[in-house]
Amino acid sequence: MMPDLGKYAEAVLSSYAVSILMIVVLVMLSVRRSNRVKKELQEVESKVKSNG
Amino acid sequence: MNLNAFWEYANPKKFIQTADWLLPWFAGLAAVTLVSGLIWGFFFTPADYRQGSTVKIIYLHVPSALMAINAWLMMLVTSLIWIVRRHHVSALAARAAAPVGMVMTLIALVTGAIWGQPMWGTWWAWDPRLTSFLILFLFYLGYIALWEAIENDDTAADLTSILCLVGSVFALLSRYAVNFWNQGLHQGASLSLDKEENVADVFWYPLLVCMAGFVFLFIALVLMRTRTEIRARRMRALLARERMGA
Repeated sequence: MMPDLGKYAEAVLSSYAVSILMIVVLVMLSVRRSNRVKKELQEVESKVKSNG
Repeated sequence: MNLNAFWEYANPKKFIQTADWLLPWFAGLAAVTLVSGLIWGFFFTPADYRQGSTVKIIYLHVPSALMAINAWLMMLVTSLIWIVRRHHVSALAARAAAPVGMVMTLIALVTGAIWGQPMWGTWWAWDPRLTSFLILFLFYLGYIALWEAIENDDTAADLTSILCLVGSVFALLSRYAVNFWNQGLHQGASLSLDKEENVADVFWYPLLVCMAGFVFLFIALVLMRTRTEIRARRMRALLARERMGA
């Protein structure tokens, strides 16, 4: 199944590994911050509402 | 098309509602096209007669370079909208796009260096396109740092918009450097309307799918991150109001 990458296997595989890692980290950080900010805003809004 | 309908999306609430609806579609499209394009390119395309298997790096290098430039151009448009019409959502969209564009630039630089080593015998050369890409990366860093450094959102949006206008020169240079500077190691544009210059069809079709995947990923991330920036801005405003009232 694995294609024969010959003498360039290291270059090709490291390109894919580094790029996919960077994309995954970017997506994870974006999702985590999105969830955190949404939760914090809900808390602040309910606090403001209760303070009148 | 009624232009007034477009400006409705400058309303933060309307933007969040639209983003909530669009986000799953773009995220799904990004996942399907990216995974299928990369699998197609990696497993089911042949080695190039000159570049060997390193040609498979094209499926990451070209789409990320494309998005690195277009992300900055998108930031340019939204920054101009902020300068002219003072819509907060547009300034926040530019802010949201910057880290995505920066990662795309970094992927293009790293994959370019890894590809360049076996082909050119060096990781780096002060070639016009490589150098303009490095400067674009530094502009992304500076842009993000400027947003973080200034407390007042409107002042930050003003100053970063000006920086974005200046950086656009390098974004355009990165795109067109290979066309008007013949010196340097970097090859000509991989994508061309000229059939002779464009990459062979066997590489072109999976590359097209990968480029679509990067575009969808960019849109999904910018929608999500802009929504987050709108919420963060509202939170800062509510906390400031609370502090003034206390």
